Amino acid sequence: MTYMPQISRRFFLTTAAAAGGGLALGFHLPGAIAPAEAAAGPAEVNAWVVIQPDDAVIIRVARSEMGQGITTSLPMLVAEELQCDWSKVRPEFASPEENLRRKRAWGDMSTGGSRSVRGSQEYLRKAGAAAREMLIAAAAAQWNAPAAECQAAKSVITHKPSGRSLRFGEVAEAAAKLQPPAETKLKDPKDWTLLGTPQKRFDTADKVTGKPIFGIDVRVPNMLYAAIVQCPVFGGSPKSFDETKIRGLKGVRQVVPLPNAVAVVADSWWQAKQAVDALPVTWDEGQNGKVSSTSIAEFLRGGLTAPEAAVVRKDGDVNAALATAAKRVEAEYGAPFLAHATMEPQNCTAHVTPDKVEIWVPTQSGEAALAAAAAAAEVGPEKVVVHKTMLGGGFGRRGAVQDYVHQAVLVAKAVGQPVKLLWTREEDIRHDFYRPVAMAKFTAGLDAAGMPVAWRVRVTGPSILANLFPQRLTNGVDQSFANGFTDEMAYEVPNYEVAYAMRATHVPVSFWRSVNHSQNGYFRECFVDEMAHAAGQDPYQYRRKLLSKDPVRLAVLDAAAQKAGWDGPAAAPGISRGIALVEAYGSLCAQVAEASVDDKGAVRVHRVVAALDTGHVVNPEILRAQAESAIVYGLTAALYGAITIENGRVQQGNFDDYEMLRLAEMPVVETVLVPSGGFWGGGGEPGVPPLAPALCNAIFAVTGKRVRSLPLKDQDLKPA
Amino acid sequence: MPRLNINGQTHEVDVDPDTPLLWVLRDGLGLTGTKFGCGIAQCGACTVHIDGVATRSCSVPVSAAEGTQITTIEGLPENGGLHPVQKAWIAHDVPQCGYCQSGMIMAVAALLKDKPQPTDAEIDAAITNICRCGTYARIRAAIHTAAQA
Repeated sequence: MTYMPQISRRFFLTTAAAAGGGLALGFHLPGAIAPAEAAAGPAEVNAWVVIQPDDAVIIRVARSEMGQGITTSLPMLVAEELQCDWSKVRPEFASPEENLRRKRAWGDMSTGGSRSVRGSQEYLRKAGAAAREMLIAAAAAQWNAPAAECQAAKSVITHKPSGRSLRFGEVAEAAAKLQPPAETKLKDPKDWTLLGTPQKRFDTADKVTGKPIFGIDVRVPNMLYAAIVQCPVFGGSPKSFDETKIRGLKGVRQVVPLPNAVAVVADSWWQAKQAVDALPVTWDEGQNGKVSSTSIAEFLRGGLTAPEAAVVRKDGDVNAALATAAKRVEAEYGAPFLAHATMEPQNCTAHVTPDKVEIWVPTQSGEAALAAAAAAAEVGPEKVVVHKTMLGGGFGRRGAVQDYVHQAVLVAKAVGQPVKLLWTREEDIRHDFYRPVAMAKFTAGLDAAGMPVAWRVRVTGPSILANLFPQRLTNGVDQSFANGFTDEMAYEVPNYEVAYAMRATHVPVSFWRSVNHSQNGYFRECFVDEMAHAAGQDPYQYRRKLLSKDPVRLAVLDAAAQKAGWDGPAAAPGISRGIALVEAYGSLCAQVAEASVDDKGAVRVHRVVAALDTGHVVNPEILRAQAESAIVYGLTAALYGAITIENGRVQQGNFDDYEMLRLAEMPVVETVLVPSGGFWGGGGEPGVPPLAPALCNAIFAVTGKRVRSLPLKDQDLKPA
Repeated sequence: MPRLNINGQTHEVDVDPDTPLLWVLRDGLGLTGTKFGCGIAQCGACTVHIDGVATRSCSVPVSAAEGTQITTIEGLPENGGLHPVQKAWIAHDVPQCGYCQSGMIMAVAALLKDKPQPTDAEIDAAITNICRCGTYARIRAAIHTAAQA
């Protein structure tokens, strides 16, 4: 019999509730980036800008730092308009409970969707401009001069007619008492002096000296440590455990059963881990103990042809155009579940007292962590204090789902002492919320010139929104599952239809760097290559024809092709090129990959050229670093990434069987920034989706083998 | 009770002798710069120097570290200033999330002691630590910078 997944329960759902209350905090992380002081005093010009008498400028950062550089790039947006001396700026995290108390003065704190810059640039620049005008007004009042005669530059206000000047630090206290201006005028981008420049990151010094800045590094007085074992089958729960087997083990304090897990609390984490390994647990595996990757694949394959599917885009009449097409191209593609594998395993430190729930956590969403802690402790949000730490990687794992917060609070509540819960790598790989498994089926009709006149797209797989945020579905449909095939599909195809057949699995799914673009970019851009091949045309020129009316996309595609020397000879015999273009998170990214395949079928990626148009650029060095990072993330997945299921559980557990790219395999990466201005696109994710198709298209060029399923390590690429 | 020499200081640690050195450093002594990434010597986030050799401390029982000289990231700076590798890391803004970088820097510092001017092939062979943010290109460039220091 075939075992199909049964969905019996939802996972820890948390949405930040807006409510009053909240209090001061006391814990300071050492190093340059400390949490915001509560009630910062008279020098707080506005929620974002604090200026001290010595001219130090503290700029609040609401989003989380997980490597993407927002502790530097977000303050740059404020500082550009503030006209302060950048060398006097230091960032400070705004706290989630203060945000609640101050009616969300810092707006949305969640950090994902490549949203930090594009989602907050306007109010950050306005905050900087408003603070500047207040500082100028305070100086003008002191001089009894019109503000219009004053200007600010490099943290100094000058009265032009008299030449008098005051430093920001001298007027900040007075400025803080003024009403903010009703309206501010933002600079024309051509007048920017800070934005667009490669400023150094603020967080580097702490990160090269091993400062205790991560969640895993938190140490609070009287803290105990917890290790955990979670039901290997998703949706299952502990039935029983034999505590006598670990009684008397050194350092072991308590066993705490949780809804889907058992935690052991001890004096040290190693003791807790040894004890949890030795603890016999019997699980109620629920209904999914027989589900396998094979049964899931069969389930999804049904979705490729099922009549019940939501049409999410429809142009023209695909059937009619297919009937008269000169040539038909058909293919099916597949992509596996993927784990995030943040370098810092999931962890949270919690202390629950009758008055207060305090947590220290590496989270992409301070507000979601706060809500999760409140829910777990069954208290109002005003009782919770969240200390956000640096994140040892996020990639989507630490955002929408705060399962580790929930667990840590339950354990700390049971123990009555501060507890640091830390997962092993195996728990981390086996209890992720994964990039969805997915399949796609394409049917295209080409005209006599080889150009597509009809294209039918069917995608199928589990929906993230249905799993985590069912309220965001549109008429029960998760439009986002087809991302990259709907609004962001810009190729000219007169008759085009996209449908999604949802197939929910018991394996939980969530946002993974570039989300549904990660598989759809691969599917789409490889199939476009298939069409080009069927048409007997160069895949770059073929895309150019499909984008003939789209100069913005053409510019990005051309930039990558030119930098890569697309029309020139290969770098060496046996190396071929592939190209792909994806629009995601408001940005455009084209990549050219150069790859070879050896006689054993092993793939080597020699070079990747990326062209990226994010509209505006805040910090080009950080953006380049993000492009490099995205390429490594995409390449790791393309070469190695696969989470497989057997007996309802994940088969991989650590970096020996869920492999990561290493330095020796790193290709040369060349990034061309081609900002076209006029919009603000995301930076962290758009570089991920084009990598797999550019690489697989290169592999086709060199081997003639079309890779329609990932990862590459599972494909037979040996020359015939 | 195991006695350890760490960053030039002697510590007596009250732990089971098969406790991995990593956990003695982190939880026992508060030297949290050394990171936990995998527990099976795959990722190198826990790299320290034992008698000058880059070693993955998650897989070294504390009993095996007795009588050795252990250096962690906290003990790497020289003469009160940053180590040349740390300076090169700052010059190239290598870290992103930064979690793996203590281990990377320790691995690179040991490599440069051994091979002051490593070739790319020698770097490839020696630096097998995992960086999930993909800072490898900057790591390679920073190694060459540090080699010139």
